[in-house]
Amino acid sequence: MNKIKKLFAGATLMALGQQAAQADYKLNLMQGVTKVSHDIYDLHMLILWICVFIGVAVFGAMFYSIYYHRKSKGHQAAQFHENTTVEIIWTIIPTLILVGMAIPATKTLLELDDVQKSDMTIQITGKQWYWDYKYLNNDIHFESHLDEASEITHRTKGADPRSVPNYLLNVDKPLVIPVKTKIRFVLTSADVIHSWWVPDLGWKKDANPGFINEAWTYVDTAGVYRGQCTELCGRDHGFMPIVVIAMEQADYDAWVKKTSDQQKQKPDLSDQNREQLMAHGKSVYLKNCVGCHQIEGSGVAGLIPALTASPKVTGGIDPLIGFLQAGTSKMPAFSKLKDNELAEVITYIRNDLGNKIGDEIQPNKITPVYEDD
Amino acid sequence: MSAVVAEHDDHHADDHHDHGPAKGLLRWIITTNHKDIGTLYLLFALAMFFVGGAMAMVIRAELFEPGLQFVDPAFFNSMTTMHALVMVFGAVMPAFVGLANWQIPLMIGAKDMALPRMNNMSFWMLVAGVLLLASTLFMEGGAPNGGWTLYPPLVLQPITVGKALPFAVFSVHLLGISSIMGAINIIATIFNMRAPSMKMMDMPLFVWTWLITAFLLIAVMPVFAGAVTMLLTDKFFHTSFFNAAGGGDPVLYQHIFWFFGHPEVYIMILPTFGVASTIIPIFARKPLFGYASMVWATASIAFFSFIVWAHHMFTVGLPIAGELYFMYATMIIAVPTGVKVFNWTATMWKGAMTFETPMLFSIAFVVLFTMGGFTGLMMSIAPTDFQYHDTYFIVAHFHYTLVPASVFILMAAGYFWLPKWTGHMYNEKIGQLHFWLSAISVNILFFPQHFLGLAGMPRRIPDYAVQFADWNMISSIGGFIFGLSQLLFLYIVIDTIKGGTGEKVTDEVWEDAGKHSLEWTLPSPVPYHTWETPPTIVPTEHVLDHH
Amino acid sequence: MPVELAMCWKSNDNKKQKHFNGSDFDSYHRYCLSVRGHASGYAMNENNVSKKNTKLAWILLFVAVGMLGFGYALVPLYDVLCEWKWIERDRPDDIKKVPEVAYKVDMNREITIEFMTTLNESTPMEFRAEKKQLKVHPGEYHTVNFYAENKTDKVILARAIASFSPAVTSSYFEKTQCFCFEEQTFQPKEAKTMPMRFVINPELPEQYKTITLSYTFFDNTEKSVKK
Repeated sequence: MNKIKKLFAGATLMALGQQAAQADYKLNLMQGVTKVSHDIYDLHMLILWICVFIGVAVFGAMFYSIYYHRKSKGHQAAQFHENTTVEIIWTIIPTLILVGMAIPATKTLLELDDVQKSDMTIQITGKQWYWDYKYLNNDIHFESHLDEASEITHRTKGADPRSVPNYLLNVDKPLVIPVKTKIRFVLTSADVIHSWWVPDLGWKKDANPGFINEAWTYVDTAGVYRGQCTELCGRDHGFMPIVVIAMEQADYDAWVKKTSDQQKQKPDLSDQNREQLMAHGKSVYLKNCVGCHQIEGSGVAGLIPALTASPKVTGGIDPLIGFLQAGTSKMPAFSKLKDNELAEVITYIRNDLGNKIGDEIQPNKITPVYEDD
Repeated sequence: MSAVVAEHDDHHADDHHDHGPAKGLLRWIITTNHKDIGTLYLLFALAMFFVGGAMAMVIRAELFEPGLQFVDPAFFNSMTTMHALVMVFGAVMPAFVGLANWQIPLMIGAKDMALPRMNNMSFWMLVAGVLLLASTLFMEGGAPNGGWTLYPPLVLQPITVGKALPFAVFSVHLLGISSIMGAINIIATIFNMRAPSMKMMDMPLFVWTWLITAFLLIAVMPVFAGAVTMLLTDKFFHTSFFNAAGGGDPVLYQHIFWFFGHPEVYIMILPTFGVASTIIPIFARKPLFGYASMVWATASIAFFSFIVWAHHMFTVGLPIAGELYFMYATMIIAVPTGVKVFNWTATMWKGAMTFETPMLFSIAFVVLFTMGGFTGLMMSIAPTDFQYHDTYFIVAHFHYTLVPASVFILMAAGYFWLPKWTGHMYNEKIGQLHFWLSAISVNILFFPQHFLGLAGMPRRIPDYAVQFADWNMISSIGGFIFGLSQLLFLYIVIDTIKGGTGEKVTDEVWEDAGKHSLEWTLPSPVPYHTWETPPTIVPTEHVLDHH
Repeated sequence: MPVELAMCWKSNDNKKQKHFNGSDFDSYHRYCLSVRGHASGYAMNENNVSKKNTKLAWILLFVAVGMLGFGYALVPLYDVLCEWKWIERDRPDDIKKVPEVAYKVDMNREITIEFMTTLNESTPMEFRAEKKQLKVHPGEYHTVNFYAENKTDKVILARAIASFSPAVTSSYFEKTQCFCFEEQTFQPKEAKTMPMRFVINPELPEQYKTITLSYTFFDNTEKSVKK
């Protein structure tokens, strides 16, 4: 017993001792940055306090009884066993309290449901395991992946997550939105069900394959807001965060211009040396392949083939390109990869992950050959 | 002091020993005796409690610190999935079936369950089902890892679930058939085997809650079996129930699943209510407050469980009318549930309470279950649920309603009835130690998870952002203490069966227990055959006249 | 040997009884239990009970099988509920071809139609709407072209699944021509421009000002070939 106590005390102290190091010691729901999130926070607090109040009353009575109505204190048991008046009262009062809760809840729900009269629409597509954003009123379209530092750290045993800023809550390309604008989100998925949640915006919504859902937000203050996927979507469900940057209108406009210009640029298909191909290839691999084929190319026994010593990888380059572009029933098609990205990732997987072919392919030499699987 | 002085036949205990238990191991395989089968169910459930618990320990060990330490994410997902399936279908449900097997015939004056051979079959089917499920752990691609809800398209994805899917589905079929047979047996026993003079409203509350639970089982287990069969045909026979490409809808699965799933969670809690309502009056030395309202509250909770399923799906994209309806319907459940909590409190009020281990666990149940109820109420509010849904807040919520509620009450039932069943008293000191360790550690384990959920930590993730580290570590520490404390329970069970404190228990075991329910009027330990002739329950006046 | 037993749930105000036994506990006893062993004279007819048990078991089994059927019945029931707008979910099968009828164009209202395109499981195609947004008046016919291209040199069979947001608008969105009515076959490297002709039924409730129409192409090649 003593040992257990000591262990327990020690462990608690150890855990609490870290409090200083980890400033963020949140207990309650965040208030968020939209009217809806504030309404939800108020509703949350209202119900929480009602529960606390009822809890204090009920548990108070119970513990009073436990203390005073003990046999060891010589209390004689009364023998009442029903009281219709009391029973009616404690049926009606909770019902009234519930009605009192339902009114503000209904109001907030109706407000949340009103997606009409929005100023812009953003399409959110959940994919294993990243988010894809498309702005429907301009041509901006990009993928938002977990940032490389988190990606490498969470896949490396013994790596220190505390050394990574915003570990697992950072992405390479955040979603950018203007403040003080009613933005409508339309959500769908390209594979399994995902769910898009940024707590500061006050809601989450599922992204279902083949179907669309809608939601909206109106952010008051500029800032960076982080969230995560909240519907189990496979092995890397925990590694597809969301980052939303809300900007003042002018900054947003500048961002739109910059991003559109970048998107219009043709991919750079000029030759690269081996080091460049390998370095870029690793980035492409970390974004697109690592979720299934793993950081060492080992795949997953029984589910996903290894890339290490895989005949597909180490065989001819042109059929490999075709294979990547067409996909199979198990592997998604990577037709979205540009020629330079294909060259980079193919060079990488043939010369790393335990493979050593020693060749390379340049972006302007991409000539796919399609074979049957 | 009693109103009744009745004739008691001296021979009644040994008259029917002409066919006692079979000898050796075979006894346990072929037995049709409700007490043997009850024991089998309870021991099997206890074993599965430790198997599922070991999986929980893997989960808490991985979450002890941020970063991946022990397991890879897919195996982590397998652990969360299997932990849930094993605990729900292997531990909690069988444990309550075990209690039903032991207690219902004793409490209603029946000599056995109505269909003893089917009883044996349903137990062994359960074993087969759980073994089949456990075998998936060793299969190529690992055990199912799409969550215990088995949502498509995830579980149908070849890169996510390997060979395990059909085995998991068949296992669900076996478990379903087993539960349905068990439920049929319980209903038949209660309706047909009850001592003829016992009216429905004379039945102990444990019997009532199980009767209602059995109807829930018959109503929803087939629906679940149907849903997983649709998964199977979608995967292997090109049907498109849940596949949008063929005109199906993955959300349809969620509707069907939760049509089963919501009654299912009540299947695990209603018998809990029954046991609590049995234990609290005895240790308060008072009759249960509001017997009739308890029955009605149980029945109405069961009824509502069928019409609130989509509150598990508020974020799935329901239309506003649906969200409002399911929100209101769900909120209403707080009323009958509240009535129950008030009734238990009123039962304790002005009693003459003592605090033996079963009572301690029961009081902890009332308090901690109510906390789970509060968070449940918070989540019934659809807009706030948009923030809580699929976070650690819900993990905390349902664990509060299952661990310090269902599991605590199962422990309480063990301490409460083991002396009756074995004739031996358990060691009260170790029992109390077990209680305090469990009650404290369970809160260290689950309370911080509320904070994690509110701070934004999603559920079912193997690794998390650094700001969630502290509460996760505390929660894990609580988990380890809780897990280790349960070994005390194992020790007590074994020790009590082997002789316990050596103190011979009386027939009543607990002071005046005989005034509350029939089983305490039987000898301790309970003979192998009981109520060969049903007891008679006589109106007091009648007995008085007779006297 | 006489034993004292009591089993009690119901109340009785019988003062006499209270007086008689002198204990409050028993004042609420209405039914008390007596265990009479064999002498009680009442024994259940075993044969009878066993018959009753079997009968009840069959009934309950029948109910269980019925519930299995109900589980399956939820599938068509779901479609029916969707039609009733109770669940208000648009179903792909609802989106049927309708004949072109002339509506009175409501020039006072302007609806923004947005088009969204998705490729499920990264089907190796390119797929986009030639216009992402369009402002229309209810009752006016419009044609929008969608562009799809097979990027491989294998045949692809793909089906476009439509979904609307808000879902309730799906029944006011009438299509006279669409590539989504049937499965599409794409020859190797084939690029198609596929028109979709539609009208917004002027009965569309006032509050809807923006409608998003989403098409997701699902690669059905394997499934369709196996069939």
